[in-house]
Parts: sequence; structure tokens; C-alpha cells
Amino acid sequence: MPALGADMEAGTLVEWLVKPGDRVKSGDVVAVVETQKGAIEVEIFLEGVVSNILVPVGARVPVGTVLAQIDGAPGAAPPLPLEPAAAALKPAPQILAQAPPMPAITAPSSRLKITPAARRRATALSLDPTMIVKGTGVEGSIRLADVETYASGAKLAQRPAKKGLDLSQMRQAIAAAMSRSKREIPHYYLTETVDLNAALTWIERFNAEKTPVERILPAVLFLKAAALALREQPQLNGAYENGAFIPSSSIHVGWAISLRGGGLIAPAIRDADKKSLAELMGAMRDLVERARRGNLRSSELTSPTVTVTSVGDRGAESVTGIIYPPQVAIIGFGRVVTRPWVVDGRIETRPLVTVSLAADHRVTDGHIGGLYLAAVGRLLQEPDKL
Amino acid sequence: MTDAEIRALILELIGEIAPEADLALARDQDDLREVFDLDSMDFANLVVAIHDRLGVNIPEAHYNQLFTLECAIAYLHDALTQPKQNDG
Repeated sequence: MPALGADMEAGTLVEWLVKPGDRVKSGDVVAVVETQKGAIEVEIFLEGVVSNILVPVGARVPVGTVLAQIDGAPGAAPPLPLEPAAAALKPAPQILAQAPPMPAITAPSSRLKITPAARRRATALSLDPTMIVKGTGVEGSIRLADVETYASGAKLAQRPAKKGLDLSQMRQAIAAAMSRSKREIPHYYLTETVDLNAALTWIERFNAEKTPVERILPAVLFLKAAALALREQPQLNGAYENGAFIPSSSIHVGWAISLRGGGLIAPAIRDADKKSLAELMGAMRDLVERARRGNLRSSELTSPTVTVTSVGDRGAESVTGIIYPPQVAIIGFGRVVTRPWVVDGRIETRPLVTVSLAADHRVTDGHIGGLYLAAVGRLLQEPDKL
Repeated sequence: MTDAEIRALILELIGEIAPEADLALARDQDDLREVFDLDSMDFANLVVAIHDRLGVNIPEAHYNQLFTLECAIAYLHDALTQPKQNDG
């Protein structure tokens, strides 16, 4: 059972997607587990043959429990007895903890075609509509009748449905992680006001030449600037574990996504500093869609090396984050506001954003943090170079 | 395409983007972003979906003309009757 966050102690195996004898390769999704953050798809990062399923569907087991045995996988962990107290202290098996692959990016054109009534009915039945191979509506869209037909068939009985997101459990998980953070991490906080005139003017020109699916949001520039600035201040990118800071050579940004009805999750956009703006927009779009649908993968929750949050155009003017352990920093972008601003000795109206940094005093101090925020502001003045 | 059909299509697309949305709450003068808790990504996806379904390429500068159902219906009605100016 992989640890999918600092706050996770156990998970429930809700579905196996492989059986003994199946050949698996790196990147395959082999199981679905239910956590306080919803259903998460568990990937595997080795190649071999499934020889033994050790945890049955429905079992709740502690983090670290070996879920299955893979033969022919070099370095795979041997099966462990199911002893909750002891297993909880063991690290996650190698087959689940290695560096994960880059998540696939999908354009919205690949979105499931389903009518609202059908989607609501599927939700009520705890039925994943993607399991319906082809609908009978226009262009193969799934209609209400397709859901009813599928629900009454044998397939539903054969594949256990994923449990819906329990917001009260997610709230408990967030509270546990944030309480631990505030208890263990000596936070310090800095803010910087950044003039976005150049960035928004650039986006306006960029988007004017694009079709809707190719356009980008200001948050993409925020994300790229935040990632690139971490190259200049790498002490803000990594993990604090066992009394020491472990810097990360890669910049995997946990992008904070609010879930409808409440709750928050921050899956990783891997190598965010190396991605183009178009790739980042695609990654954000994909993560938002899958986070809200409950189709995130285990690797996306375990790999962030820093968190970035942007509250968008309906959020507050500034956001002061709480670090997600074992990370050592969180960067926040508030709502863009138009305010008086002094430019070359004259007062002008300018679009402004408040950029905040909450960082771990065990690793850095305000000097480093200030340099980081200055770098973010500087990068946003040259959007064409992002 | 009638205004009623445009209205139904907009709500259908919102239903796809925000499956939890209670579409019965939609009143023509309300801000769709407020009623259905649509963020900037949702709204961008709505514009993409309208482009996919109707072929109407809505410039970013016109997004604020889609914030209410009443305005969005009027905008798309005009766009569909003047396809050469909006098709992209």
C-alpha cells in the first residue's frame, strides 16, 4: 500500500486490475485503492508477471503492506506477512515507490461524451461511466439508457465500483496533514506584489492567435515562473526527512486543485520547469479533470517536491499557504487586481498579483525566500522567455 | 438553432464540465460562474466545448459576454447567424 501523502496511514483495496499470471510493465495501473483523498489508481514501476495477490478486495491495510508479488522483477520486495503494526512501519515496497513515469496529457477533445442525466445516474449508481465502452447517442455519447442497460448487466457485478469521495474524510486528512505541518515545521512567510502588465499583455496577444483549446491561462505563467525560480533557489525544492533536507534534482510541482463541494488535492506536474507553456496548460487541464473525477494516479500524489497554488479570478487577493510535509515550501498566487502603481515616477493603473511564499525555517531563511520571490517577479516581466 | 436549443446546449456542456452542478438552478440573469462554481479552467473548457460543438471561436476579449445565460444565448445567437465573423 503506497503512502500517498504525509497524512495517509492506511488504504482500502477496492479493485484489482490484474490477476495472477498477468504480465505487467512500468507505468501500468494495477489496482485502485480508496484513501481519504478518494480513489487513487496504483501504478507499478517494474516489469514482470503477477504471481500472487496478497491483499483481497475490500481489505483495509496499513501503508507499507505488500499488495502483490511480481516474479521476474529485479529488486522487487519479497512478500511480507499481513501484520498491521509491523507493516505500517516498513517503507513502501520498491515496486510501488520508484520514480514514476510522466503522466499522460490529454486534450479536452478526448473528454467522455455523456449526457448530464446519464452522468448523474452513473454517479448515483457509483458507476464509472468510462466503463461503458460505447454509448448509443450522437457520436457514441453515453445516454441515460446506456447507463441503465449497463447497470443491469453482469459487468457491474463483476467489477466493484469505486467508492465516491467522502468529503468529511478528506477534511480529516487535510486537518491531520496541516496540523502536523504547523506542529513540526517552523514556517516563515513572505509576500511580494508583482506588476502583471507585461505578462497579461503577452497572454492577450498569444491567445488572440490561438483556437480556444490552444489558449493558456495566466496561472500557466505563474506555474512556469515559480518552477524556473526554484532553479535559482534549490533549497526550496525537496523534502525534509529524518532531520535533514534532501534537495530534489527535479522540479515536480504539486498543483493545488480545489474540489467541488470542498476539499483540496495537489497532484504533481512533473519537471514543470522543463515543460513548454502549452504542455503545462495541457497538464493542468488534465489534472483538474481527473482530480475532480477521482482518477488520479498514485505517482502523482507522491512525487511533488514543492506546491504552488493559484486562487484564480474568484479567489482572495492573497493566499498564505501551509507547507505540505515533507516539502519545505509552498508558493501562492492571489487574485489579479487592478490598482494604482508607480511606474517611472508616475502613478498608473496596473494589474497586480500578490505572490506569497511559506517556507521551512529549518532549511532556509527570509533572505533566500526574498531572493526567490524577486526571481518570480523578474521572470514574469519577460513572459516570452518562459 | 433556436435560443431554447442554445440554452439547452450551454447547460449540457456545463453539465459535462461540472457533473455535480444542479442545472435546475440556472436562471438566465445569474452569473454562471457563481451558480455552478466554475473556475477559470472550467470556463476555458466551456469555451473549448462551444467551439467544438458549434464551431464558434469566441475571442478571449468576449468571455465576459458569456457570464450569464441570457448574454451567452444572445452572443451565440448572433455568432451563429454571422458565421464568417466568428468561425475560426
